[in-house]
Amino acid sequence: MKKLEKLMSIGDLPEVAVSNVPTLNQKTGTWRVYRPEVDKGKCIKCSICWRCCPEISIDIDKEGFPIIKYDYCKGCGICAYECPTTAIKMNREGK
Amino acid sequence: MVKKIMTGNVAAAWGARLSRAEVIAAYPITPQTSIVEKLAQFVSNGDLKAEYIHVESEHSAMAACIAASQTGARAFTATSSQGLVLMHELLHWASGARAPIVMVNVNRALAPPWNVWVEHTDMMSQRDTGWIQFYAESNQEVLDTLIMSYKLCEDKEIQLPAMIGLDAFYLSHTSEIVDIPDQDQVDRFLPDYESAYPLDTENPLSIGSLSMPNQWYSEFRYKIYEAMERVLPKLNQIEEDFYKEFGRKYTGPLELYNTEDAEIILIISGAASGTIKETVDTFRKKGIKVGLIRLRIFRPFPSEALGKALSNASFVGVIDRSFSFGHEGAIFTELKASLYGRKSVPMIKNFIVGIGGRDITTDTITEIYENCFNCLNNKKVDVSVEWIDIKV
Repeated sequence: MKKLEKLMSIGDLPEVAVSNVPTLNQKTGTWRVYRPEVDKGKCIKCSICWRCCPEISIDIDKEGFPIIKYDYCKGCGICAYECPTTAIKMNREGK
Repeated sequence: MVKKIMTGNVAAAWGARLSRAEVIAAYPITPQTSIVEKLAQFVSNGDLKAEYIHVESEHSAMAACIAASQTGARAFTATSSQGLVLMHELLHWASGARAPIVMVNVNRALAPPWNVWVEHTDMMSQRDTGWIQFYAESNQEVLDTLIMSYKLCEDKEIQLPAMIGLDAFYLSHTSEIVDIPDQDQVDRFLPDYESAYPLDTENPLSIGSLSMPNQWYSEFRYKIYEAMERVLPKLNQIEEDFYKEFGRKYTGPLELYNTEDAEIILIISGAASGTIKETVDTFRKKGIKVGLIRLRIFRPFPSEALGKALSNASFVGVIDRSFSFGHEGAIFTELKASLYGRKSVPMIKNFIVGIGGRDITTDTITEIYENCFNCLNNKKVDVSVEWIDIKV
């Protein structure tokens, strides 16, 4: 099967809409309008943001702080809404 | 080869058994239940080696069938009416994913008012889901079509799902003699299913992930269009192979009954065609030239074959056992559209009959033929759509 990126025309397509490229390649971060940013000074390491992220785009580091995976975060803002200490702020991209 | 007396539902179960369905996911609904009951019995007795999945709804049944099919298993389900329409979302998914699932649908009216008797609205309303649609006339045809459908659907040039409709009670619960082919014969005719793109943990891939407008969505839809265009020629070839192996002949999308010299032709799908054949015989004995076309396949719609079969007729009565509210019967609409642009087009009238399982008798059919003759003699179709047998 040909790699998705190499396809040029309908003749290159498999009959079925299959893809052998891992979904990790589908970087959805470009969809984001607002960017979550963590203020470590306010963060109490409760991990609520990590639990609530619908796109599994938050990791927790060794110290217990959240790390936003900006390659995939679509900027929905649920983490900021749920954060009990307002440690996550949504800032407009490009500003 | 064994001849047995069985209902249409048992014939359907035998069709799935002989086809060696590997995964059966189903939810019971009247008047389909005895299909999956029989299959459950086959599986528990060890007569059929299949994974039998009890699901919580028809929506889940179809989801399970799609997943099973994508791993390379031959998947089967059966449903009816409310169950079929609950599946609607997943029907689109199945064809989009090119999963060659075969499903039996016992054609039944939709509620309200509650009604479990025959009508074709359930399947007609699935017209655009990308499924091949068969309508059977006999229990034998249910069994045979099921086996042929797997061969058709699994063909690498097709890779589409098919549903086979059988009329509630007239077929589902009525016993007829059915010829059950030997398993060896069926195995020769229908080899194991091999998916071109099976889901496999050793060789991971995803099916149906996002495709943006500038990517390949249009092209994958175009491929379904092309595959559907190949269905009727492919079926023709499969029916010939079937005849060689089993000795029973099927004639593609249409069954023609005394149509060649007929002035008036009725068109119908489903089991009421038997009653019409009897009525045709009565007229013919009096020297009156009437005929019947039984529409076996509604999708893909056999426009060419119908145009050819109707080229000498003066008047066509289309009997719809369903209705598209706000317009007319579905077969009527499709037929008129497909005849557009032909040189000689007969007069056409739509008869809405047998709604909610109301019996279609020889008297009803005689009345319809006479209605057609009156229109023909007056050289005018009085009303384009007429509901027959309404109590006034």
